[in-house]
Amino acid sequence: MDISITVNGEAQRHDVEARTLLVHYLREACRLTGTKVGCDTSSCGACTVLVDGESVKSCTMLAAQADGHAVTTIEGLAPDDGLHPVQAAFQANHALQCGFCTAGMVMATVSLVDEIPDPTERDVRLGLEGNLCRCTGYHNIVRAVLAAAADRP
Amino acid sequence: MIPAAFDYVRAASADEALAALAERGDDAKLLAGGMSLLPLMKLRLATPAVLVDVGRLADLSYIRDGGDHVAVGALTRHRDLETSDLLGTQCGVLRAVASQVGDNQVRHRGTLGGSLAHGDPASDLPAALLALDATVVARGPGGERTVAAADFFVGFLETALAPDELLTEIRVPKTGAGGFNYQKFNRRAQDWATVGAVAVRNGTTRVALVNMGTTPLRAAGVEAALAGGASIADAAEQAAEGTEPPSDLNASPEYREHLARVLVRRALTEAQA
Repeated sequence: MDISITVNGEAQRHDVEARTLLVHYLREACRLTGTKVGCDTSSCGACTVLVDGESVKSCTMLAAQADGHAVTTIEGLAPDDGLHPVQAAFQANHALQCGFCTAGMVMATVSLVDEIPDPTERDVRLGLEGNLCRCTGYHNIVRAVLAAAADRP
Repeated sequence: MIPAAFDYVRAASADEALAALAERGDDAKLLAGGMSLLPLMKLRLATPAVLVDVGRLADLSYIRDGGDHVAVGALTRHRDLETSDLLGTQCGVLRAVASQVGDNQVRHRGTLGGSLAHGDPASDLPAALLALDATVVARGPGGERTVAAADFFVGFLETALAPDELLTEIRVPKTGAGGFNYQKFNRRAQDWATVGAVAVRNGTTRVALVNMGTTPLRAAGVEAALAGGASIADAAEQAAEGTEPPSDLNASPEYREHLARVLVRRALTEAQA
């Protein structure tokens, strides 16, 4: 089927099988491999992207369901020569170890801070419960999210 | 993991969805948010030949004051429930339980109707609607009918919905802002409840259990004991009466029975506070 999705502000049009998952569409059709396939069972959140500004797990959504909508991946958060404030906060707080969960963590954070602009530590921990860090680097991730929220203009 | 191939039909209206179901009924599944169905399809535990996507039926996404009840469109997302001011004042329990479903990403996609139609006894919202004595509205080729929540859940992943019916609305009684509590016990973040207990106290006391049988269950023994004047501690001892808790990696039936008694006691105590 023919689907049109605005990915990172750019109109994309592809002919895909109806069963194509959004994460595979992004990685293979759009060649945007920043979004990771982690557990592939909607548990770990590594594949988190924004659909119309809200976090979703792209391994548990059909590309067809995003037809006509706007998707933002980690590649689309900031211009090539800069970092999004959440990315900068992750860097400054050393909020990653192996980095595999990071794209999903950052995307989930952007959505979380949009919904709760002034989160408590508990808000952050609950709000990121859908994202797992197998290095267990949660403390610095929570610090980064709180810093990103505090720095919001 | 990729689902088995299927024909994809995107419904632009409830009537279109019903027409697709009438044509392919037994081979078709309705897709709302997909938070329960897509994982099953990826594991090939569900292999529908036709997927009828009702996810764009915006006219079935609403939370309205219906007079003596709050009317919730079947395609209302958990996110919309957990942020609803109307539910906050008129049916706080539904808002609170919705905020406990899955994680943020799941609540951005998952819908109330989808959760009910999936009929998973380990899900949070079916038990809440059972405790609320909610009413479900289903539309089929013969028109609309209403089903009491108590009659809706008939077996494991099985509901009173016919293959050619679409769940359109859920009507929840106005129980107010407070007088409820939900105890959800699990060992990992975002997991399903090992056992859960919902208590709603407004005049009468109603208690429903999550993951204590093949369907969500009312804790009838607890309710009867309370109605007969028993204390919370004594009534909660009846929590496992009439249940058939499953055995799985998370818990044995005996442990679930213990959890039910403890969680019901806590839920009743908190609901009263």
